Amino acid sequence: MDLGRARVPQGEVHVIVERCKECNFCIKYCPAQVLEYSTQTNDKGYHYPVMVADKADGCVYCKFCDLICPELAIYTTPVDGDADAG
Amino acid sequence: MTVATIHPIDHLMRADRLPHILCAGCGIGTVIHSYVHAINESGIDPDRHVCVSGIGCSGRAAGYVNVDSYHTTHGRALPFALGIAVHNPELTVTVISGDGDLIAIGGNHFIHAARRNVNLNVICINNFNYGMTGGQVGPTTPVGARGTTAPRGAVEQPFNLPHLAKAAGASFVARWTVLHVRQFTDAVLRSMEKKGFCFTEVLSPCPTSFGRRNDLGEGIEEVEMYRQRCRIDNGAGELEQLGIDIVDPSQPITVGNFVDIEREVFLG
Ligand code: SF4
Ligand code: SF4
Ligand code: SF4
Repeated sequence: MDLGRARVPQGEVHVIVERCKECNFCIKYCPAQVLEYSTQTNDKGYHYPVMVADKADGCVYCKFCDLICPELAIYTTPVDGDADAG
Repeated sequence: MTVATIHPIDHLMRADRLPHILCAGCGIGTVIHSYVHAINESGIDPDRHVCVSGIGCSGRAAGYVNVDSYHTTHGRALPFALGIAVHNPELTVTVISGDGDLIAIGGNHFIHAARRNVNLNVICINNFNYGMTGGQVGPTTPVGARGTTAPRGAVEQPFNLPHLAKAAGASFVARWTVLHVRQFTDAVLRSMEKKGFCFTEVLSPCPTSFGRRNDLGEGIEEVEMYRQRCRIDNGAGELEQLGIDIVDPSQPITVGNFVDIEREVFLG
């Protein structure tokens, strides 16, 4: 293993705004704490997750937000050609 | 962050029906989501997966997944699923239903399906009450927990579901919560790989009917209670000791994969 090239994976967050019901599961349990509520609401009046402004590159692509979301309203993809670790 | 319109797992959901009807902060959506992830990872053709549900909020699961699915009558998910599993052993049949449906009116079917070791994967979403009909106490309501039919607290001894499943003869027995979503998905995957009666209980918040009456707050607060109180003990031997006390915060809640044995499968 080339330790010089090892690095923390990075993810990009995608939100399906109209599905979110503001349950807080993704925000509270994101291990990198990169999510917060939007100031805007969706059509049903719920605040959906957005990236914390100064943590825009902080998603470590653990996928926990995706797995725990009861609404299938958030998922992440790898950036910079990171292999999909599954 | 980008705004998206579809989710990568939507092909296994009836996505045109989303958002689903389940309340904000309800964990049933997480269970359905985990189930379709397990289908995806199982490597088994989705056409060979079958989902059977009973009634109630958990019974809605069959209506949202994009595999052959059946929403059956109260308590009858298991005999309905048994018919499918026995008729075609090549199918991977999963029952997703609630504690009230599976263990109260369906209780006899449960013990006999486990006794026979029918090749079924049973996911029991336990939220300790009959959520859809307004919060009556059920067969898993912990002593002291309140419901519409027990405003001063339930007095009946609740079922300890992993103990019941093991005693009745299940081949695989697990308990997780919706917060333990990776371990729960792995338990469902193991059930899909394994022949025989596989049972996973998953503790899930019901803020609307149970949380409100028991001062548990929103769904996130019930999930946080599980984070603080759950202890993982895979292979725990003393299942009879693992009842759930919701009322006393000093009592741990034990989760894990408890039983994984081989036994002859019924007409498999
Ligand atoms: S993938 Fe993990 S690190 Fe990234 S936003 Fe989701 S929970 Fe946070
Ligand atoms: S977990 Fe899903 S529904 Fe809940 S706040 Fe996050 S995106 Fe919204
Ligand atoms: S009543 Fe309870 S179980 Fe039913 S959808 Fe609402 S929170 Fe979920």
